[in-house]
Amino acid sequence: MTALRLVAVSAGLGRPSSSRLLADRLTEAVRRRLPGEAAVRVIELRDLAADVANAMVTGFPSPRLREAIEAVTEADGLIAVTPVFTASYSGLFKSFFDVVEEGALAGMPVVVAATGGTARHSLVLDHALRPMFAYLRAVVAPTGVYAASEDWGGSGDAATGPLSERVARAGEELAALMPARAARPRPADEVVPFEQRLAELRP
Amino acid sequence: MQFGIFTVGDVTPDPTTGRTPSEHERITAMVTIALKAEEVGLDVFATGEHHNPPFVPSSPTTMLGYIAARTERLVLSTATTLITTNDPVKIAEDFAMLQHLAGGRVDLMLGRGNTGPVYPWFGQDIRTGIPLAVENYALLHRLWREDVVDWEGRFRTPLQGFTSTPRPLDGVPPFVWHGSIRSPEIAEQAAYYGDGFFANNIFWPKEHFQRLISLYRERYAHYGHGTPEQAVVGLGGQVFMRKNSQDAVREFRPYFDNAPVYGHGPSLEDFTEQTPLTVGSPQQVIDRTLTFRESFGDYQRQLFLMDHAGLPLKTVLEQLDILGEEVVPVLRREFARNRPDTVPDAPTHAALVARRAAESAAAGS
Repeated sequence: MTALRLVAVSAGLGRPSSSRLLADRLTEAVRRRLPGEAAVRVIELRDLAADVANAMVTGFPSPRLREAIEAVTEADGLIAVTPVFTASYSGLFKSFFDVVEEGALAGMPVVVAATGGTARHSLVLDHALRPMFAYLRAVVAPTGVYAASEDWGGSGDAATGPLSERVARAGEELAALMPARAARPRPADEVVPFEQRLAELRP
Repeated sequence: MQFGIFTVGDVTPDPTTGRTPSEHERITAMVTIALKAEEVGLDVFATGEHHNPPFVPSSPTTMLGYIAARTERLVLSTATTLITTNDPVKIAEDFAMLQHLAGGRVDLMLGRGNTGPVYPWFGQDIRTGIPLAVENYALLHRLWREDVVDWEGRFRTPLQGFTSTPRPLDGVPPFVWHGSIRSPEIAEQAAYYGDGFFANNIFWPKEHFQRLISLYRERYAHYGHGTPEQAVVGLGGQVFMRKNSQDAVREFRPYFDNAPVYGHGPSLEDFTEQTPLTVGSPQQVIDRTLTFRESFGDYQRQLFLMDHAGLPLKTVLEQLDILGEEVVPVLRREFARNRPDTVPDAPTHAALVARRAAESAAAGS
């Protein structure tokens, strides 16, 4: 069996960024639960910011952006992490997924994750990220992970487990979804014969 | 092989002067450019079709008819004629009329158009773009080949006993190219009919068009029109030339940086590396254009985009001089070298008439 391919996309802008930190934690949580070896890759959108903007203007991706998009769309599982900017995912995060070809993420198992300065924005997972991936027809794992600044130090409280627990649960869920994704049939580049297109139009 | 130019017909301010030509200036400039194309020995002039500012060519056959009257050899074409929002009956009539007036020096390139509002302006829906292209062309194809047509489809009012007039010149319809930037369905359509396929080859990396063209060639053979190498392929291209390549880059950069389609995006250097745009000396343009054959196989028509992004008329005419005098003669010679005899020449009216005569002679014997 070939190694399962896990890709994390982080839209964090700082160096180091807490989004990248969360992406790494999640990646590790998934990898540990996968059967056999996994091919793991983290893509930092900061490195592709100008390429993403250019692709929006020209309509086609630069070679390195194309390579990153292909890594994402050919993955067996995706971890998507964004900082919260102005009450939602960051513009760069959204723009990257805007230049991915329509339909390319259909059926993709995804863990959504976000970081922010306060826990008050944690619903961004369910109000912004989940609907976006639902539109892209991805399969979003039940557990999303939101990390506020305080989560990096605390051990949870009476009502909430620590960040590590949520990371572990999300990792388990994504790891469980990935083998089925890897076994998907690859659609051949088949053309619809022209007679069929004509026949479909006959009154 | 044919060489020519295609124009979008945009009215764009010259970024170096801030001056915007009037619609009238732009239209007369397009005519001047077409006449110049014939003067410098090019084979084809093709105009776009648009129905929104800042573009002027909403009525291509009107413009081409006028150019036909003032030229002798130039083949007049389009890039593209909207098969989705034009009535196929009117396309059949307009281009047959133009064909008569131009003595057969006419073909056309069909495209869907990607300006959303144009569809509702003409009573159509962009979501049915592909079915519209399929059905409308199926009707157009019959109108030019059958004297009396009974027809019923999904998108247009039915026809009973309809004859499209005038009938095509010598009973041979204008050759049709199908243009597409991204749709395999259109490559398949071109292959099915044995028509030409034109890849605009401007805004995307070549790998993208290689996939479309190889699909078209393969399906052309599948439908029994010939070998894959005999499929009829046209390519776009975009160049700006000066004797010294540094001068070309310096002069073209402000036009590139502010171009309506890709301006304010990647650098000129990145864009020339990633797409077929070539800015440099005539020799660089020759070398780059010759690589198209390696990428796409022997092909029949090469069109260059020369007059856009606000380039002044004087500059465009200078570019055409360089193209006609220094570039195209070398390209003709080099493309002819090692070209297999089995690869067809670009389709002309005379060639199509001769082919039909040969076919009916073969059928009669």
